[in-house]
Amino acid sequence: MGSNMAENHPVGFRWPMKARERGATIIHVDPRFSRTSAAANLYVPIRSGSDIAFLGGLINYVLSRDLWFHEYVLAYTNASSIINEQYVDAEENGGIFSGYDPKSGSYDNASWAYAGPPQEANEDAAAHSGHGMEGTSPAKHQPARDETLQHPRSVFQILKRHYARYTPEMVEQVCGTPKDLFLQVADVLVKNSGRERTSAICYAVGWTQQSYGAQIIRAAGILQLLLGNMGRPGGGIMALRGHASIQGSTDVPTLFDLLPGYLPHPSVIKGDDTLEKYMRESAVRGGYWSNLPKFMVSLLKAWYGDAATKDNEYGYQWIPKLTGDHSHVTTSAAMADGEVKGFIVFGQNPANGSPNGGLQRKALTQLDWLVAVDLYETETAAFWYAAPEGWKPSDIKTEIFLLPTAGPAEKDGTFTNTQRLLQFHDKAVDPPGDARSDLWLVYHLGRRLKALYRDSTRPQDQGLRHLTWDYLPERTDRRWRIRDEPSAEAVLKEMNGSTVADRKLVADFAALKDDGSTACGVWIYSGVYPDEGKNMARRRVKGDGWVSSEWGFSWPANRRMLYNRASTDPQGKPWSERKKYIWWDPAQGKWTGFDRPDFPETKAPDTPPKADGTGVDLHSGSDPFTLKADGRGWLFAPSGLKDGPLPTHYEPLESPLRNALYPRQDSPVAKRFPRKDNPISPPGDAEYPYIVTTYRVTEQYTSGVMSRWVGWLSELMPEMFAEISPELAAEKGIENMDWIVVSSRRSQIECRALVTQRMRPFRHNGRVIHEIGLPYHWGYKGLVTGAMANDLVPLSEEPNVYIQEDKAFTCNIRKGRLR
Amino acid sequence: MSQQPMSRESIEKKPRTRDADDVVVSVCPYCAVGCSQLVYVKDRRITDVEGNPDSPINEGTLCPKGASTYRYLVNPNRLTSVRYRAPYSDHWEDRPLDWAMDRIAQRIKETRDASFVERTADGKLANQTTAIATLGGATMDIEENYLIKKLFSGGLGVVSIENQARI
Repeated sequence: MGSNMAENHPVGFRWPMKARERGATIIHVDPRFSRTSAAANLYVPIRSGSDIAFLGGLINYVLSRDLWFHEYVLAYTNASSIINEQYVDAEENGGIFSGYDPKSGSYDNASWAYAGPPQEANEDAAAHSGHGMEGTSPAKHQPARDETLQHPRSVFQILKRHYARYTPEMVEQVCGTPKDLFLQVADVLVKNSGRERTSAICYAVGWTQQSYGAQIIRAAGILQLLLGNMGRPGGGIMALRGHASIQGSTDVPTLFDLLPGYLPHPSVIKGDDTLEKYMRESAVRGGYWSNLPKFMVSLLKAWYGDAATKDNEYGYQWIPKLTGDHSHVTTSAAMADGEVKGFIVFGQNPANGSPNGGLQRKALTQLDWLVAVDLYETETAAFWYAAPEGWKPSDIKTEIFLLPTAGPAEKDGTFTNTQRLLQFHDKAVDPPGDARSDLWLVYHLGRRLKALYRDSTRPQDQGLRHLTWDYLPERTDRRWRIRDEPSAEAVLKEMNGSTVADRKLVADFAALKDDGSTACGVWIYSGVYPDEGKNMARRRVKGDGWVSSEWGFSWPANRRMLYNRASTDPQGKPWSERKKYIWWDPAQGKWTGFDRPDFPETKAPDTPPKADGTGVDLHSGSDPFTLKADGRGWLFAPSGLKDGPLPTHYEPLESPLRNALYPRQDSPVAKRFPRKDNPISPPGDAEYPYIVTTYRVTEQYTSGVMSRWVGWLSELMPEMFAEISPELAAEKGIENMDWIVVSSRRSQIECRALVTQRMRPFRHNGRVIHEIGLPYHWGYKGLVTGAMANDLVPLSEEPNVYIQEDKAFTCNIRKGRLR
Repeated sequence: MSQQPMSRESIEKKPRTRDADDVVVSVCPYCAVGCSQLVYVKDRRITDVEGNPDSPINEGTLCPKGASTYRYLVNPNRLTSVRYRAPYSDHWEDRPLDWAMDRIAQRIKETRDASFVERTADGKLANQTTAIATLGGATMDIEENYLIKKLFSGGLGVVSIENQARI
């Protein structure tokens, strides 16, 4: 669901195809019949934006027919935990949970917490945002539980009530999915889950680019926990990510709300005035995140070296504090208002790759200076003379630097793939001419900036002055023309970490300390370079056809499957011989198996929790989810999410339909940008009656910089098009290959119509709803050019991860051309 | 099986990978599956890019994009010099790399110094600037992303550091 894997991850899709040859059933649930649908056993249409209704329907099916994996759910999830008396579910409150403040449009999540003994320290990390949320929770460590699951405020009973109305009939009404097809999906999933069998769910940006994307993934998590499919071979939820190292740029990260390794970024709003306060509020007593102070102090030692001392909070104040939402979408709006003066873009292309392209390009005209770094000239670098707005260059003040850079084969370095696998690539040749690796550009820019600030005594410049910045190799590599290339391995070693006194590389993150004696740039990567000359990301032992543990390095600690403790029963025996993965070996007194156990190695299954302990000692030997405060998989999220503890169906911000489940139409906490240049259609807007969704094709890549300059790919997929159903085409008098204009409240574009039965109208209570599809690869530079689908998309933000909604919004179409 | 008739030209044809000086292991630059690639080098030039049969991920295969990696790297449309556009100018100019690096460093310093906020209106330490933003990284190495975060956040106090993971 939410992915066209055959089209966008073709080589990854070989594996589902192999599984199909061996008897697996592949189901594709998608608004369009695509290459993936064609290769699946079962294609199931779904209206864009209705995924939670569909998944909620599956959850209800499993619960109401008593088809859940009892032993797994009781032992490994928080089904038995009892929730606070103040909690009010969205079912009882028109689609809104308790704690909602309509004035600020946000939730106070105190009422979602577990009932139980009060917490010992203030651990409310509710203000923490983004990917780091998982472990930094205010959840009580030892919640009150009812193992019979009968307590009306037990998670299990709340879950049952929350999804009771998500019936197959409701799924048909909301999703436009025929009831019998929905029931077939439910049946296949249930039959292929349990002790002997597992099912996996794959998703991509079809889920994340919605105003409740994180909640869709949560819904899949609930389903997979109920079916016992987490932490087991053949199970899980796979995020199919879209760029070579987008997992890496999330881990390291180049994201505003996180420090390396999912540490929350310090923030004025959260009151992170001092390092001590930051660590107290970010760490959690229960679970592995109790180690956060070790990771944070080691990070500060890696960044500021000897200048980071206990007396100056290890340089903590040199790290800027957040004062709000500094995400890409919000920053684009600020830029369009002239609040951003300088912009550096590395290998990205917001002019046609980001939502509301017109606003994005206008934002570039407001800059004093722009640095664009790429292998080719991008739309972003060329906006001043080539944008469709037709601006006069003499009116545009922006000073622009377009720097040529290197491809992966022209430099050493590491990509982290969608499976958390780090793979080092070796330099084969120098990049051409003045092109340099991004590593070279950032390193030498840093060197120059440090020189400019060398003599400053201002406090604000001391962080830069003390920043450790020593990456040139000891010996220049005489094989290459470029002699001042920094060493990627030196950076990788800094990420791995070392002891401060003797600069010895650490074996993994278990060696890190919070007393300033260790330095480590990215704690989750620790172990990738455990010894001099031992680059684990560069291991290339041919695959063994199973776990292939010696190909590259998977974080954390080379574990290929997270939470794999759940692959055994509570006593440590595999749920079945077929699904054996790791297990407890009583003779050796340790966990062993095909993968590295994601559990304390010698902690026996019958270990009781230590009530006065910290970290994973608070968990028993049968609590597999070690990053969670209570060690359990969360069916109900007592904290960590800004839009509710349980996934709830809302309509997209723009929708032709009213919410059939609740009076509340759309997410009460999604962020809109009510500005003149970003109008949003009201529900049922008659001027824009059709749903539109955007996507990629195999032969092009994102905004096109990496594919539309390549002749081979441009020939294969030369032109922008809109996919529309024969029914809609007939209504509008459009023939295949006709020019059409697609318009939204933001903009309008022209392209050719591709009239195809791959698009099918949906029926909702007898009403026909049309959906059209737009690839978004084209722009105004490159060998082939064309209209930009992102011009039609509104600026908006999902509240947890700040992603725009472009998988479901509304448009109109007409035959003809713009002019 | 009978031998097919072949011309001398056909018999003498050989793949350009055969006489490579070096074969270097790389990773596909496109999607996140992480297909391993073999980069063939002859006379310090890339002559071909193929799938790596040893990889447990792709077992030697590549998709149409991955199979076009050679043309992505070896391509007459690539930028090979710094292009500079002065304010209000109507054309690109080629500039030396060192000049551009110096100038960019200078511009960063000017903007940062003019916009740096040490404390918020209510007196809390912020040590940040919102007048500079960086974007990008998902197609780049983790080492490169790490240095961007370290320099711009930990060194310069920039808070809007973002990449494709956000869209």
